[in-house]
Amino acid sequence: MTTTIDVASIRRDFPILHTRVGGRPLVYLDNAATTQKPVAVLSALEKHYKESNANIHRGVHYLAERATDAYELARKTVAGFLNAARSEEIIFVRGTTEGINLIAQSYGFPFLGEGDEILLTTMEHHANIVPWQLVCERNGAKLRIIPVTDSGELDMEAFTALLSERTKIVSLAHASNALGTVNPVKAMVDKAHACGAIVLLDGAQAVGHFPVDVQDLDCDFYVFSGHKLFSTTGAGVVYGKYDRLQSMPPFQGGGDMINKVTFEKTTYKRPPGRFEAGTPNIGGAVALGAAIEYLGGLDRLALLEYEHDLLQYATGLLSEIEGLKIYGRASEKVSLISFTLEGVHPHDIATVLDADGIAIRAGHHCTQPLHRHYGISATARASFAYYNTREEAEKLTASLKKIKLLFG
Amino acid sequence: MSELTELYQEIILDHNKYPRNYGSLVDFTAKGEGNNPLCGDEVTVYWKLGSGAIEAISFQARGCAISQASASMMTRILKGKSVAEAQELFQLLRRHLTQADGDKEFPEKLGDLAALAGVRKYPARIKCATLAWHALFDKMGGSAQGRELLIRGD
Repeated sequence: MTTTIDVASIRRDFPILHTRVGGRPLVYLDNAATTQKPVAVLSALEKHYKESNANIHRGVHYLAERATDAYELARKTVAGFLNAARSEEIIFVRGTTEGINLIAQSYGFPFLGEGDEILLTTMEHHANIVPWQLVCERNGAKLRIIPVTDSGELDMEAFTALLSERTKIVSLAHASNALGTVNPVKAMVDKAHACGAIVLLDGAQAVGHFPVDVQDLDCDFYVFSGHKLFSTTGAGVVYGKYDRLQSMPPFQGGGDMINKVTFEKTTYKRPPGRFEAGTPNIGGAVALGAAIEYLGGLDRLALLEYEHDLLQYATGLLSEIEGLKIYGRASEKVSLISFTLEGVHPHDIATVLDADGIAIRAGHHCTQPLHRHYGISATARASFAYYNTREEAEKLTASLKKIKLLFG
Repeated sequence: MSELTELYQEIILDHNKYPRNYGSLVDFTAKGEGNNPLCGDEVTVYWKLGSGAIEAISFQARGCAISQASASMMTRILKGKSVAEAQELFQLLRRHLTQADGDKEFPEKLGDLAALAGVRKYPARIKCATLAWHALFDKMGGSAQGRELLIRGD
């Protein structure tokens, strides 16, 4: 062990990690799908509903002010977490998927036209493909795809060659949910900007693993889901540069996003209010703020180092299993391993592991084009968080060896 | 391991490893395709109809042991059956995999398919066990009975 974090103590903060599955201790290795929640988040949620619950931005009573303050404080906390220049650059949405749809519709629809190009990558999640296809169908824009190499890294020469004055948007994962690859986004932002294109980063798989500074990256938009950051489902974030947001029309219409409504004409609020129609997930935003505070109380660089060590260790163990192939061997990865085992379908792997109390994901992980690129239909994926241990990686390895015997 | 060994019975593992009637047919009269968008599994079933009976049947698939074995066993049991008999077997299988007769012993008529009984403890995997059957009967479902099967779905 090269780091000093106290994993046993951290695990005590996550009640669900003490679950037993058919008498065996749970080994939760499905963190890329969703992360578990510390007591700090669960308590904040309960406290909010016990002590501050009311609708926001409209009541003048005591609870309405408390709720509004808590919601806006969460926005400030998120702004600090991403190092946004101002908290008005933070929009609360349901999650990454809604966030990308917001940008596709409020930026893509009005600003893209016939012949304009949107650059994506082969490794994108369906949530960063389909919203752009909707833009293409409506506006006559075209998708261009940055290919991946055999090791699961982006082909940067191809990226440079694909960039042109027709490129209007480059939208890509900061970290891949299927390969784990951390993409060289800062350099890509610079290149895209030099061509006049804007950049959206899908941070769903990044924020839970390492610190993100949107000003340093200089990206135009950044999106992530709270539930992958140890908070609840149903609350996520769009960061957008303020001037960019200011130029965009609303995403959805409704209450709380307007200045004045008449049947002839409605005027809209400034960002972020313009993009938050209706009652938002107030409790979810508060919980997200609490999750960020919780992480703030840990040494994030030490966590990252610990996860890196765990990834190396688990990769080493899995590599020794005959017939096991790892997809995604990038030099910079978040702590997840996608693999296939010769002669055993990933679904069968997941079912047998479950009998040993080990939770992983099997399937295409919403990245069908990537799987097609590698000529496979599914992979098994073990994804780690800082609360996972070497012992758990060993249990995974032992179970996989058993599966090989069963299906041999 | 007991529920697991019930799920992955020898016969399932065997059909998974050595699928019967695998590949396309040279002279098929129809083919049906099925996919499970949840997991990306794909299956194509080929068959040759002659005087109301399934003269030949084969399949190609990318899927888990359950879907692979079910497809393989399906080709064995349906070969030579009339369309009506085949549909009756499918209905019988579905009844025994899902709620209708989910707690009953598999009838002898279903033969080796009884090995699929273990799937009942894994609701998420029932779709795997019926994937190839749907690929076949969704396409063959021109008859009123076939359509009814489709509408009720799995």
